[in-house]
Amino acid sequence: MIEIEGVRKSFGPLEVLRGIDLTVRNGEVISIIGASGSGKSTLLYCINGLESIQGGRILVDGEDVHGRDTNLNRLRQRLGMVFQQWNSFPHLTALENVALAPRIVKGKSRAEAREIARAQLEHVGLGDKLDVYPSKLSGGQQQRLAIARALAMEPDYMLFDEATSALDPELVGEVLDTMRLLANEGATMICVTHEMGFARDVSDRVAFVDEGRIEEIGPPSQIFGAAQSEKTQRFLAKVR
Amino acid sequence: MDYTFHWRPVIRKLPDLLEAALVTLEVAVLSMVIGILIGLALALIRMSGKRSTVWFAVGWIEIARNTPALLQLFFFGFGLGAFGFHLSPYMIVLCGLSFNNAGYLAENFRGGFNAIPDTQYRAARSLGMSAIQAYARIIIPQVFRIVYYPMTNQMVWAVLMSSLGMLVGFRELTGETQFLASKTFRIFEYFLFTAAIYYGLVKIILGASRLIAWRLFRY
Ligand SMILES: Nc1ncnc2c1ncn2[C@@H]1O[C@H](COP(=O)(O)OP(=O)(O)OP(=O)(O)O)[C@@H](O)[C@H]1O
Ligand SMILES: [Mg+2]
Repeated sequence: MIEIEGVRKSFGPLEVLRGIDLTVRNGEVISIIGASGSGKSTLLYCINGLESIQGGRILVDGEDVHGRDTNLNRLRQRLGMVFQQWNSFPHLTALENVALAPRIVKGKSRAEAREIARAQLEHVGLGDKLDVYPSKLSGGQQQRLAIARALAMEPDYMLFDEATSALDPELVGEVLDTMRLLANEGATMICVTHEMGFARDVSDRVAFVDEGRIEEIGPPSQIFGAAQSEKTQRFLAKVR
Repeated sequence: MDYTFHWRPVIRKLPDLLEAALVTLEVAVLSMVIGILIGLALALIRMSGKRSTVWFAVGWIEIARNTPALLQLFFFGFGLGAFGFHLSPYMIVLCGLSFNNAGYLAENFRGGFNAIPDTQYRAARSLGMSAIQAYARIIIPQVFRIVYYPMTNQMVWAVLMSSLGMLVGFRELTGETQFLASKTFRIFEYFLFTAAIYYGLVKIILGASRLIAWRLFRY
């Protein structure tokens, strides 16, 4: 369970998150939608401790992410993250990209790590690209590689930050399919997304973020069918 | 032009010259290894932005890049000597070259680090890697590729710069040539020959560098 309680975050004078409350239960898929600059990416970065916070707290299975004694390197192993800019490691092959962290972070043997990597690459449909360097992969393939890399750490939670928005339209589908697959397998996911179709079909709840606050949260049927907030309605009218 | 070349005395001393060339190569390679390690540290210190230490890195880099290499060598010789620290000619040259290499390489490394997107570091940390692991496994290997050719140039430069060692009494290739030539008076022949050895050395280094790059950078 991820519990976000009254989280505030500022960059200098700019207050980006102004009191976010959100509880994510195990097995739940939550989509976060909202305008550019509303603080969606920042929220994800706060959840895995890549950003500090100025107020409130975030608990992952009861462990305070920003606590003094928290071992962030250990905590992050439970929080897989996929970024908007596909950032595979260009100097490593697909297999090495995925096998590296299990080996040096989790201490798996070389053979074990390679086996995990091979399995995860097959999982996301890249079983035939093991020894290929990322520069030879399409954007969609690189993004699936990034998903496999995160999954190889066997995280309890997956955070997706607009995993498809840097992709050419014809490549979006394959990445969304991979995310759907994970959702169907019961993964707990927080997905920042601009793909309203995905948010509607896959998520258990959709949160609309506006100016650093959760303006409205509810099942897709509510958000896309009968949004209660005028701001939500206006946003959805614009993106459709 | 009625100068007649006499090559025989030079050829006879070829083993001595080649041995001295090895000394040149050794001190250049060592100074590169030291220069790379210190240069990396200087670049990281400079980028850290901590005022208490940045001045040290900036000072080193500025002096190394904007003063004659010969004076840098003299500093480790006569400069330290004046304070009672007497280094051997070998150490003077090694320290001087390392100092110079570190300053130049630090700036190359800094450019390299800046060329790596921030997201690479974030991605590494998001997988649970420590800061040191992220640098060692993800950032620095990519930086090395970016600075590889500037680094090769610096290596060539180190070989050529080591000839200044002659002026602090170091018997590397140029020093040895000077020593042998002064005994035979075939000065012109000796230095022509030695120039050819330097040329060969540089070509070997460039060739080796290309080979290593081909083996190392498959991406
Ligand atoms: N490291 C930073 N330093 C200063 N300001 C930042 C930083 N990161 C983000 N911001 C600012 O915080 C605000 C929220 O950024 P964030 O990236 O979280 O928005 P977002 O909702 O993800 O937008 P988008 O849909 O465009 O990705 C923006 O105004 C952005 O300029
Ligand atoms: Mg964003």
